[in-house]
Amino acid sequence: MKKELGTFLLLVVLCAVVAILNPRFLAPANLQNMARLIGAYGIFSIGLGIVIITGGIDLSVGSVFALLGVLLSLMLTSWHWPTALAVLSIVVIAMSLGALHGLLITKLGLQPFIVTLCGLLFYRGLARFIANDETKGFGSAAGFEWLRNFVTGNLLGVPTPFVMLVVISVVMWVVLHRSVYGRYLFAVGRNETAARFSGINSSRIIASAYIILGLLAAISAIIFAFYTNSVSPSSHGNFFELYGIAAAVLGGCSLRGGEGSIIGILIGAALLQVLQNLVNLLGIPSSLNFAVMGAVILTGVIADQILQRRTRRA
Amino acid sequence: MSARLLQMQGIEKRFGGVSALNSVDFEIKAGEVVALAGENGAGKSTLMNILGGILQPDAGEIRIDGESVIIRAVNDATSHGISFIHQELNVLDNLDVAANVFLGREPRRSGLRWLIDSKQMHEQASVYLKRLGLDIPTDTPLSRLSIAQQQMVEIAKALSLNAGILIMDEPTSSLTLTETERLLEVVRDLKTQDVAIIYISHRLGEIEVIADRVVVLRDGSNAGVLSREEITHDRIVKLMVGRDLEKFYQKPQTKAVPGYFEIERLRTTRYPNREVSFDVGRGEIVGLAGLVGAGRTEVGQAIFGIEGAAEAIVRLDNQVLRIRSPQDAIRHGIYLIPEDRRLAGLITDIPIRENVTLPSLERYAQVGLIAVDRERTAATSVCQRLNVKMPSVEERVINLSGGNQQKVVLAKWLALEPKLLIFDEPTRGVDVGAKADIYALMRQLAESGVAILMISSDMEEVLHISDRVIVMHEGAANGILERSECTEENIMRLAVGKRAA
Repeated sequence: MKKELGTFLLLVVLCAVVAILNPRFLAPANLQNMARLIGAYGIFSIGLGIVIITGGIDLSVGSVFALLGVLLSLMLTSWHWPTALAVLSIVVIAMSLGALHGLLITKLGLQPFIVTLCGLLFYRGLARFIANDETKGFGSAAGFEWLRNFVTGNLLGVPTPFVMLVVISVVMWVVLHRSVYGRYLFAVGRNETAARFSGINSSRIIASAYIILGLLAAISAIIFAFYTNSVSPSSHGNFFELYGIAAAVLGGCSLRGGEGSIIGILIGAALLQVLQNLVNLLGIPSSLNFAVMGAVILTGVIADQILQRRTRRA
Repeated sequence: MSARLLQMQGIEKRFGGVSALNSVDFEIKAGEVVALAGENGAGKSTLMNILGGILQPDAGEIRIDGESVIIRAVNDATSHGISFIHQELNVLDNLDVAANVFLGREPRRSGLRWLIDSKQMHEQASVYLKRLGLDIPTDTPLSRLSIAQQQMVEIAKALSLNAGILIMDEPTSSLTLTETERLLEVVRDLKTQDVAIIYISHRLGEIEVIADRVVVLRDGSNAGVLSREEITHDRIVKLMVGRDLEKFYQKPQTKAVPGYFEIERLRTTRYPNREVSFDVGRGEIVGLAGLVGAGRTEVGQAIFGIEGAAEAIVRLDNQVLRIRSPQDAIRHGIYLIPEDRRLAGLITDIPIRENVTLPSLERYAQVGLIAVDRERTAATSVCQRLNVKMPSVEERVINLSGGNQQKVVLAKWLALEPKLLIFDEPTRGVDVGAKADIYALMRQLAESGVAILMISSDMEEVLHISDRVIVMHEGAANGILERSECTEENIMRLAVGKRAA
């Protein structure tokens, strides 16, 4: 909890500053839209965080969003699959890709960075090929209105993606911080050899983290597809994996593995969206978007490092 | 000009509120070998880190040839001719021998100063290797050398720095018996070349052989000095622990039941063309001796399922087992306490509690959720049984001494009713007090019906703890010695591939 406190304070301060400089920050519509995006980004960031806790990384998430978005559009509008079947297929495909990554990493001993970098390139290319490099949409959503209304709608005034994020966070918090499986995840991330010598099937634990990421990425992918309502295969989801990694790292996950928390990842994901919002609301040229984000993340990481060094010395 | 006399006087060092060194004196002359002895935490490392420029003393004086010097950094120490060879070697195994010897001081080409003069570097390096009687080409990559050879490269580096005072911290902890002999010879040679050597070791046998004087520290203070003729195993131990360690070694009370654990035709990945077969009785401690590299660790790891042992036939209590993974071994009550506890035995930066319960976590869980209170109670009770010195089980393992860390590794398995326990170098880097605890526990476990296989390179340990000794040579069991046949000579002969006398 101490570790997340710094990022949490940064989040509070940023919110206060933006709210003072532009009161529209607190307008219900703005808050709702921000909550929607925090939900969509937060869900897969939790998955990425778990992979990072095992000492891994996944760079392919953004390309997977493009691939899944294109496929979802085809399934629903061209092939007229039943909606539930389409959703199920998207989830199964995403989890299978996660399992594939996990197998390549654990059975062949390839580095996660390389495996998922190849994924980043491969899935993007595949998405563009399948879509004929044309933007895919959902038209009037005839036949699957309920799905679109659900993922783009609100529950009691709260955007559905945010509600889903809350539910998923609670479940994943218990899994990560209270369960045997969660303890094994941290153990494998800290010292895989010692975990193996303690009788933990470390390959299975690592591979399972990528499969969980697949599941959460599939949920985010469906939300993003309907949120944009059109999937341009060459740009949909670009850099999203970096948002997830940034959220996890801001939230205290170490890229060396074995460190991190659900609460931290949530704060990190929220912080990134507030930053995006800040750029819009304060009239900063949107071309500076990435520069602002990079600068703030770097500041946060440096501050964290200094704080940690100080506590270590004390 | 190298120093003739080094004196450290009234050295004090505090860490936070804890006094690590309390007015410690130390002295060494050129051509002298002084052993520095003491339990872990007695202050040996702190004292030597001060001499090596890694730590600054809070009070006290260091004098070289009567002149007061201040050593602020490793470079200062080096310029005063002090070289520190750490237990964990500081070599770069991607570079060759010459590059390691001259790292940071590479000879340059006369015309192009930014280019390394390779020829000169190799020529100079070979001079130092010859002085150490080391016959390896200077362009050999360090990764292809044994630990012993890598250590010689570090000594060569120290010589190239004109070291007059050489600090060796546990130099033999990963060496075989022959390599140890070789190192002791080099130490004697250096002594005749007027080098002063500070020799830190837990192996009292070596100290008896090599030291001109023993300086013993206890709890951060001078506990006593023994001159050459006073040095005996018992006197050193007495000064180290401040009392007589009675019953360091215990003899078995009950007779072992043979054939409890049996393994036949085990081929390890290291020696795929050799086979090992042996048995361990119920209640028996069997020592597995041999040179480093004889395949002992591989045998232990194969039984535990870390590496493949597909064709071997394994029987435990008359039941044939198939072991393909550590999970299989653990299910049958076969556990391994690995050689390298920081790498394989423990996750050092998490609490003791989480380490202790890692292999048995499911016992403290319901529907996959951990009951932390039950977990803490269990971890605390097993740690107390093993006499682990700790503030609480929430302490991180990294803050414990080597002996206490080893006890935590043991604690992991004790909750799980072991049938066969494999110890790989059970007391490496463990102080005398904890050593006695561990030996007593091994015997106690054996008496309660556990079969124990102990891989060890510590000759005293092999001789005194084992009920029977299997000696391995190049991947095969070269001989099995009964208690009565166990002598240092017999073990050595078998270890180098000869027959027992």
